[in-house]
Amino acid sequence: MGMLPMLAVMLPVLAMVAAVPLGARGAERLTLAVLPIGLALSIVIAVIVQLTQAPILYHLGHWAPPLGIAFRADGLSAAMLVTTAIVVAAVAIFARADFGTASGAPERRQAFAFWPLLLALWAAINLLLVANDLFTLYVGLELLTFAAMPLVCLDGSRATLEAALRYLMFALLGSVLYLLGVALIYGAAGTLDIVLLRERVTADPPVILAIAVMTAGLLAKTALLPLHLWLPPAHAGAPAAASAILSALVVKGSFILLLRLWFGVMAAVPLPDAAQILAGLGATAILLGSVAALRETRLKLLVAYSTVAQIGYLFLMFPLLAAVPGVSDIAAKAWTGGVVQAVSHAFAKAAMFLAAGIMAARFGHDRIAELGGAGRAMPVTLLTFALAGLSLMGVPPSGGFAAKWLLLSAAIGAGQWWWALVILGGGLLTGGYVYRVLASGLRSGGAAVPMSTPVTWRRDGMALGLAVISVALGFLPLAAFGLVQVGQLDLAP
Amino acid sequence: MIADLLLVAAMLIVALASMLARQAFTAVALFIAYGLLLTLAWVRLAAVDVAMTEAAIGAGLSGVLLLGAVRRLATQASPPPEQPPGPAMTLLIALGCAALAAALGAVVLLLPNPAPSLAAPVAANLPATDLGNPVTGVLMSFRALDTLLESAVVLLAVVCVWALTPEGGWGGVPGAAQPVQRDGPLALLARALPPLGIVIAMHILWVGADAPGGKFQAAAILAAMWLLPWMAGLVTPPPIAARWLRWTIAIGPVVFIAIGLAGAVIEGAFLAYPPGWAKPLILIIEFILTASIAVALALLVIGTPDTAQRR
Repeated sequence: MGMLPMLAVMLPVLAMVAAVPLGARGAERLTLAVLPIGLALSIVIAVIVQLTQAPILYHLGHWAPPLGIAFRADGLSAAMLVTTAIVVAAVAIFARADFGTASGAPERRQAFAFWPLLLALWAAINLLLVANDLFTLYVGLELLTFAAMPLVCLDGSRATLEAALRYLMFALLGSVLYLLGVALIYGAAGTLDIVLLRERVTADPPVILAIAVMTAGLLAKTALLPLHLWLPPAHAGAPAAASAILSALVVKGSFILLLRLWFGVMAAVPLPDAAQILAGLGATAILLGSVAALRETRLKLLVAYSTVAQIGYLFLMFPLLAAVPGVSDIAAKAWTGGVVQAVSHAFAKAAMFLAAGIMAARFGHDRIAELGGAGRAMPVTLLTFALAGLSLMGVPPSGGFAAKWLLLSAAIGAGQWWWALVILGGGLLTGGYVYRVLASGLRSGGAAVPMSTPVTWRRDGMALGLAVISVALGFLPLAAFGLVQVGQLDLAP
Repeated sequence: MIADLLLVAAMLIVALASMLARQAFTAVALFIAYGLLLTLAWVRLAAVDVAMTEAAIGAGLSGVLLLGAVRRLATQASPPPEQPPGPAMTLLIALGCAALAAALGAVVLLLPNPAPSLAAPVAANLPATDLGNPVTGVLMSFRALDTLLESAVVLLAVVCVWALTPEGGWGGVPGAAQPVQRDGPLALLARALPPLGIVIAMHILWVGADAPGGKFQAAAILAAMWLLPWMAGLVTPPPIAARWLRWTIAIGPVVFIAIGLAGAVIEGAFLAYPPGWAKPLILIIEFILTASIAVALALLVIGTPDTAQRR
């Protein structure tokens, strides 16, 4: 049982390594073969964590921390493992049309690169979810960056190369700052194991500076405003399948690591003032990102700016948790709200980018003003976009509604009503930019009726499936969300 | 003491000069010099393993990669210069960097002394691994997972570089064609150095179990022994479509993971070695991994297939 988190990490790593010599066609088939195994592993982990109400612990090589490395799959890990496996699987099936290799066909560059990169991303995210050692988490960040960066410029155009290079600069700056903090923490506490650090760290200057530089570095990777400048060109320029993974999962990897720092390592040392600053940046991101999306003329850039805004919501949980440390109804609501936001945004944004990709491929462009006729020519695609949009807006019943409702009531419960205003305002702005796309798509086409190119049912099906999940999360009984509370270090006595 | 102070002063001066250099080539040359000074500093701190890695990877391989980048930039039309930040912005950046540097300096002085360390538990548990070098014990047993994942990152880096292959070049011979050097220092070195270098690399790899050394340093030297004849135009790299080439760079991580999984089955924990088998298994991993990493590092320097010259 303890081996499951290790297998969830090593399965995609082994597949990624083996995919390189197998070549494009072999890599594609290998990926499709390991997807169901990885999905099953993550579901079993979630079931075990839910049933035992305890995290799964695993010591690699029988060496216990601080000497060795531990894996620790708690409720947050379990929920995100399942999310990651589903999104990766849907995107992989979607991507076969773009990156598949027919039997006997010569290997193409994009096809060779895509499958190992996808597997590496999956491995990196799973590692970031279950590793309990700050340096192993650093290796996870590196794996994530080097898998995500080439996906941005997979089409090889000058614009996407520039976007990828800018992304790389931000990501490497983030890595350097994170590593600097790791060194300081080791110098101060003599261990890098998060559970042990929770007992050992105090609010000393070295630890505080370490947390500050690590937070700054991880914010650059998570693209929280004002460090978001790399995100829109990178996420909008990548192929649709890659955009979906980048926006849905990759930015969450560094975010989860932030949670581990703030509410794992520093669980016993609340930092309420700094948390207010983080949430302030988040609120600014919600408002400015949504306004930028409202004014955007290109569909994929609109979806990318929507990611900038939705990332902002994730940071509203910080002051709500820091204000009421320990066991408390409000802290539980804030934590669950933040995690459900991460999960539902992953499904909704992946669906939205896939839908945008289908539309862009069909029309041959992604100018929002010229999407007329989409409603008749590709109703399923537009429906996908609408469902994902509803979840992002927070319209009930949807996963986005559950997340925003929990955050809203936690904000009011904690007496920080100003965040509630931001949540409501952000929802209205989100409605505005989703409506713009739908209104344009539902107009009759006129001269701009798109040529009918074969859009397979499979691609639409995958995008629609993800959108349906993001909405269906809202139908889950509230008890099901209890999973994400399991093993939370700041609630431990 | 005085020698150490001189070393620190030299490092600061060379680092600053590298930052302020106008020419990219000068900056890279100073960066390599900085890496060598850093190597000396690690030796002074009695961290010989780190020193060797710094010399091989930090100064050597990174230096070659940067020199290659400078050469490529020189042959291409320079892009339009970016708007430099205004004086107020420059001042702000300088103040921010100075504040961070000052804070770091202050905080390092505040760290507990003696520093909390895992050296004692490492020494206590080292006999269980049959190894004599504590650094190898950490890298191959206590924290073997990190090493395994880093070896996968090296492979991923090759995929990253190959993913940038220009249109039409896929599957071809990587790297720009090197003019054949019939005589001159490079031709001589390319012929005379590899036999010696290969022996040295093997020695560093072999003693790594019990003394400073190991696979990354050995792999960097081996990579250089392939790159020298390549630069002299004496050897042509295999095409990137070659299956055996791809298996060579993948086999190291594959074997590492396979042995790790065998440990999970037999010993009940991933990367646990059965008693008495730790040293032979670690040596097997190190040898195969050295081959994979050496080829991967060389491929990183050689770069992407070049359409203009090959097809």
